[in-house]
Amino acid sequence: MLRGFGARPARDGSERTSDPLPSLEGVIAHLRLLPPPPAAPGAGSGSCRGRSYDLLVIGGGSGGLACAKEAAQFGRKVAVMDYVEPSPQGTSWGLGGTCVNVGCIPKKLMHQAALLGSALKDAQHYGWNISQPVHHTWSVMAQGVQNYVKSLNWGHRVQLQEKKVKYFNIKGSFSDPHTVCGLTKAGKETVVTADNIVIATGGRPKYPMDVAGALEYGITSDDLFWLKESPGKTLVVGASYVSLECAGFLTGIGLDTTVMMRSVPLRGFDQQMASLVTEHMESYGTKFLKRCFPTKVEKLKSNRLQVTWKNADLDTEETDSFDTVMWAVGRAPDTKTLNLETVGVKTNSETGKIIVDASEATSVPHIYAVGDITEGRPELTPTAIAAGKLLAQRLFGQSSELMDYDNVPTTVFAPLEYGCVGLSEEAAVQRYGSDNIEVYHAFYKPLEFTVAERDATQCYMKMVCLREREQRILGLHFIGPNAGEVIQGFALGIKCGATYPQMMKTVGIHPTCAEEVTKLHITKRSGLDATVTGC
Amino acid sequence: VTAYMSKNSSYDASIVVATPSSKIEAAKYEKKVMVLDFVTPTPQGSSWGLGGTCVNVGCIPKKLMHQAALLGQALQDSRKFGWQFTEEVKHNWMTMTESVQNYIGSLNWGYRVALRDNKVTYENAYGEFVGPHTIKATNKKGIEKLYTAERFIIATGERPRYLGIPGDKEYCLSSDDLFSLPYCPGKTLVVGASYVALECAGFLAGLGLDVTVMVRSILLRGFDQDMANRIGEYMKEHGVNFIREFVPIKVEQVEEGTPGILKVTAKSTAGDQMIEGEYNTVLLAIGRDPCTRKIGLDKVGVNINEKTGKIPVNDEEQTNVSYIYAVGDILQDKLELTPVAIQAGRLLVRRLYAGATTKCDYVNVPTTVFTPLEYGACGYSEETAVEKFGEENIEVYHSHFWPLEWTVPSRDNNKCYAKIICNIQDNERVIGFHVLGPNAGEVTQGFAAAIKCGLTKEQLDNTVGIHPVCAEVCIQSHLKAHGILG
Repeated sequence: MLRGFGARPARDGSERTSDPLPSLEGVIAHLRLLPPPPAAPGAGSGSCRGRSYDLLVIGGGSGGLACAKEAAQFGRKVAVMDYVEPSPQGTSWGLGGTCVNVGCIPKKLMHQAALLGSALKDAQHYGWNISQPVHHTWSVMAQGVQNYVKSLNWGHRVQLQEKKVKYFNIKGSFSDPHTVCGLTKAGKETVVTADNIVIATGGRPKYPMDVAGALEYGITSDDLFWLKESPGKTLVVGASYVSLECAGFLTGIGLDTTVMMRSVPLRGFDQQMASLVTEHMESYGTKFLKRCFPTKVEKLKSNRLQVTWKNADLDTEETDSFDTVMWAVGRAPDTKTLNLETVGVKTNSETGKIIVDASEATSVPHIYAVGDITEGRPELTPTAIAAGKLLAQRLFGQSSELMDYDNVPTTVFAPLEYGCVGLSEEAAVQRYGSDNIEVYHAFYKPLEFTVAERDATQCYMKMVCLREREQRILGLHFIGPNAGEVIQGFALGIKCGATYPQMMKTVGIHPTCAEEVTKLHITKRSGLDATVTGC
Repeated sequence: VTAYMSKNSSYDASIVVATPSSKIEAAKYEKKVMVLDFVTPTPQGSSWGLGGTCVNVGCIPKKLMHQAALLGQALQDSRKFGWQFTEEVKHNWMTMTESVQNYIGSLNWGYRVALRDNKVTYENAYGEFVGPHTIKATNKKGIEKLYTAERFIIATGERPRYLGIPGDKEYCLSSDDLFSLPYCPGKTLVVGASYVALECAGFLAGLGLDVTVMVRSILLRGFDQDMANRIGEYMKEHGVNFIREFVPIKVEQVEEGTPGILKVTAKSTAGDQMIEGEYNTVLLAIGRDPCTRKIGLDKVGVNINEKTGKIPVNDEEQTNVSYIYAVGDILQDKLELTPVAIQAGRLLVRRLYAGATTKCDYVNVPTTVFTPLEYGACGYSEETAVEKFGEENIEVYHSHFWPLEWTVPSRDNNKCYAKIICNIQDNERVIGFHVLGPNAGEVTQGFAAAIKCGLTKEQLDNTVGIHPVCAEVCIQSHLKAHGILG
């Protein structure tokens, strides 16, 4: 009986197993559950053609682990190879990939630390007597976060063991389409052969190659979450969500933080929403150097870093000193040492990412790829997990279901969170023409902000719909507290082809922020004031 | 006493009270509209301004005080995230209540302005029917005026019920009094098992007070009982005392004061056992009764349910008298929720004056109970789904989860829970959604919209989660074995 993600249980009237907690669930979700009971028996059936494994997964991150564990559910012989090349600053970590170690998890926890700082301020308005001053200690937070991440590393090791997936902590490279070899840390050569290979090595932060001192003196997100001491006065270079999220929480815990952006924030996201995010950050205390780019980083005698940059608007050169400079200028796929050329796996010449088709297949038979390494896919944990699981189900479970990359919701965890699903307004205009879309929008104030006397200027939402009769929803954008929680359910609605009238028929839950979505009625076209008033 | 009647005071619609939206809606269609709103003070003397229950003694102050309690927890968590401040943190009831009341005052004011801006006549007077198409409005000073209108909408809502035992009205409070109480309630006994009882008990405990809940039988009657019990368990683990299967039979004053000391005597529902306890405050939350008995409905022939006082209406909110309509908490067999009342009121007016035909959709209305561990729900409970469709025709998917934000502070690692109920015979249509966890309302709203769009399990499975948030767990839940209810 298949109990896969999306699979149906058998309905043949036979007695159900009494196992109330089948061992299949999303990687990240179940890491926060009690450990599931041991995997179904029958693993390790061996492969044909004398190869040691049915499936070898290179890369033990979100996509790789999900794929491996799913394949093991079908009783296949599976191995995972995971290796973390230390960052230029020397930072390394355990099994679990970017999300667990240097991405989503530590990011959200540090974001939470920053939010709690605001909560402390709010609490006083709500009657809590907290003596001033209030301090934040980086090392306490870092230790709490790092300990939790390590528990996840451990949890992953245990799960692989329970599912009888072989784990190699080695850096693999292809020697032929079915053979991967590498050296263990101790220098021992290991050769692994498999019928099917999935590449899921993800990406690593880029360094700007045209800035002197960037590599020697700067850190990236790979290092930030593992710092033992506070980064102090920090310059974050970049306009990605990584940059804004990190700068956001650093500001929130009380550090002097500056973001340097060459051009627009959150490229690829709805630009009106992106501006609201950065506007909020400015009022929150993050400094912005807009239309600036760094030219060099030097170390001062005080051990501080002196950064020199060009201001494109003023055509001037400026300089300032920081304790930490963090590069958040994009991520590059981790394919250098894989030896892809040897086996003929095609990559995109510009991005370096692996080209795959709708079934995650590369240009080489029996070699697949999932996750951040793949060209044209969202760089998100849940899509990697879903794609990895579905791939395993197609390879070993007689499924033909392909991953649906449409309408994938996401959230930017800036100090004021931004959640979205579907098309940005500009993408909708481009695709359908502005006459054919209707944008409903509203500025609202979360109830909890009222007593706390918090500014809600950037709390805003908009729904982009087709204008024709049915008014299908093309995109939903929400800035406010708990944006991810708000958007998730609506993403389901959009998957069901939700229309504007259906939203209006849905009764709101009161009092929440999300209910405002079901009450949207002012269009941009009308030009009317979109501020929500009263109850 | 002056009677005042003239043709000029003839209205197209006269609305006897509360939620502002419907009145403003009617005024949009250039109808002459009047609103009569009056708050009879509680036995303790509490009263409030325009806006009705939600604004003054319901949703709004409740959520704000719930937020105050959540912030207390946040303070504790923040230490683990590196924040440092003195060990001892105390809560000041007056600071909180003053802020809350100030905000409510601004809402009362906002409604007065909105009515004025939309040219709706507002009278702070008690309305009652005296004859066909005629209503008498009596203000605080006892001055009476008569008004006529083509149509009437009754929206008088409800007030908390009293026990009918010695000392209840003299010494006990209700939710009508709690949110404006000018002193800290202290050690509190909450009588009841409604969401009002549990939400109030929850935030009072969260603010550091000694709280006991006295429950006659089950918690949250009408809600999914497995979820209700989990809520109760969580509250118990977090310091709320529960006395189960007892009802108070008398309340006596031991000491006067703000607060004073009250002695409560209670009898077991299962036998003859009697218990006594002393509390600073006794809060009654045993139910609410519609304000329909004293508004002259008999004079115009409007039928009410004699037992409950609720008004039966058709699916267009029309009573048995063709020109009299009703919306909100007073309706029989409808949900007692602000958004439902607003929606019903708005759509009613559009049907009356704008030629619209859309009726209020009362199916799959989502709701949230703002207990310390919040509970969001939409659709069938597990037991009603089993009852309606048969156990073999429903599939339940569920999952516990641990919010990421609770990991570092190491708390409550297996308490949050999500459950999705599907109808196998209808393409595994999602017919029930239940989530217990932080921000349950924010999570549930979107799922309710999806359910309105006919969400099936397959569509759920095909939707990608947002990571890392609590809501994503709801699309990742796994199969619950049959035969195991609750």
